[in-house]
Amino acid sequence: MRTLDPVVLFFLLGLTAGIARTELRLPPAIYDFLTILLLLAIGLKGGVELANQSPLGILPQVGAVLLIGLLLPLLAYPVLRYVGRLKRPDAASIAAHYGSVSVGTYAVAVAYLAFQQVEFEQYMPVLLVLLEMPAIVVGILLARGVGGGTKWGELAREVILGKSVVLLLGGLAIGWIAGPVGVQPIEPLFMGLFKGVLALFLLEMGLLAAGQVGSLRKHGVFLVAFGIGMPLVGAVIGGTVGLLLGLSLGGTAMLATLIASASYIAVPAAMRMSVPEANPTLSLAASLGVTFPFNILVGIPLYLRLAEYLHTLGG
Amino acid sequence: MAMMEKRKLVTIVTEASLERSLLVELEKLGAHGYTVTDVRGKGSRGVRNAGFDLTANIRIDIVCTAETADAIATAMRERYYDNYAMIMFVEDVDVQRPEKF
Repeated sequence: MRTLDPVVLFFLLGLTAGIARTELRLPPAIYDFLTILLLLAIGLKGGVELANQSPLGILPQVGAVLLIGLLLPLLAYPVLRYVGRLKRPDAASIAAHYGSVSVGTYAVAVAYLAFQQVEFEQYMPVLLVLLEMPAIVVGILLARGVGGGTKWGELAREVILGKSVVLLLGGLAIGWIAGPVGVQPIEPLFMGLFKGVLALFLLEMGLLAAGQVGSLRKHGVFLVAFGIGMPLVGAVIGGTVGLLLGLSLGGTAMLATLIASASYIAVPAAMRMSVPEANPTLSLAASLGVTFPFNILVGIPLYLRLAEYLHTLGG
Repeated sequence: MAMMEKRKLVTIVTEASLERSLLVELEKLGAHGYTVTDVRGKGSRGVRNAGFDLTANIRIDIVCTAETADAIATAMRERYYDNYAMIMFVEDVDVQRPEKF
């Protein structure tokens, strides 16, 4: 029986409270702290598991994921530009959001798979980090063309030294160095409290998503359709590639989820800096207002189903 | 008032995401110092309620000479007004120790 994971109910609470315009709001510092805890926890967990295997073994997965990260924005861009009739910078920026990933969605998928007692490959956080970056580059190239005066050095600094990459990689490194035994004393905070932290984080995410409703009303049907259609296409691509790479059932579902998710932290910041003429309201309304809720509420369980279906096909 | 001299107080209210690059630029334009505060409010680009990074606003106050204030105003107009949520205004202020500014 597939019941709703309780953390999702916290998201619904935030969403409802936000739409009802309650005064409820998490202080920004607390939201920051929750994000930091989640990023470190995800990194640590992956790092501990990586200690048990050769890093070279995951090279095919790394290559495949980087390729998807580069190709996905190229797939999204023409749809946004010619079907959605968006301006070039807006289409490029949204395409970059959808080629990249959402750590929040990943965290919910981790909780969901644990809840369903489905195992997945623990090197997924490595793929998560890698998937953040290629789409940003493609998005900027789509908006500007090659040699469009982008300050790549400054941008690389912003992305690589951004909170999510530093904390995920830092967590991976600490987990890898410390190993399972070394990590034990800090486990109660990072692993034990994971779901509680995730629940609070999702409460705030619900409030933030509710804040996008206004701009969705203004910018209409296309963004909603794209915000639901694009992750579905992404999930099929991710799931298929996962199967071809020989991932487990959980791993396939996880890769489908990663590809289906859209960034709302790293990419918006990078686009603001490198493609300032793109309207951030549009991309956030789609990624935070439509795709994130869709993935949390419907997508993740659906992607697990998809993975099960693919695995029966693939024998 | 004894020992007071005229300087300009330049105030910029803009997106928090610009903070790092903007502060570097302001120093290059001749600002000897600045004060940054986190703020929130509403303008032509909607409610900036500091919900999270992208909707957070900052206010930068700079006391400087009239020439520096002019240079800052020109740079802001040329590089930021089109694409970023930003307002800027300038006031006359009286300062002690004018060499600081």
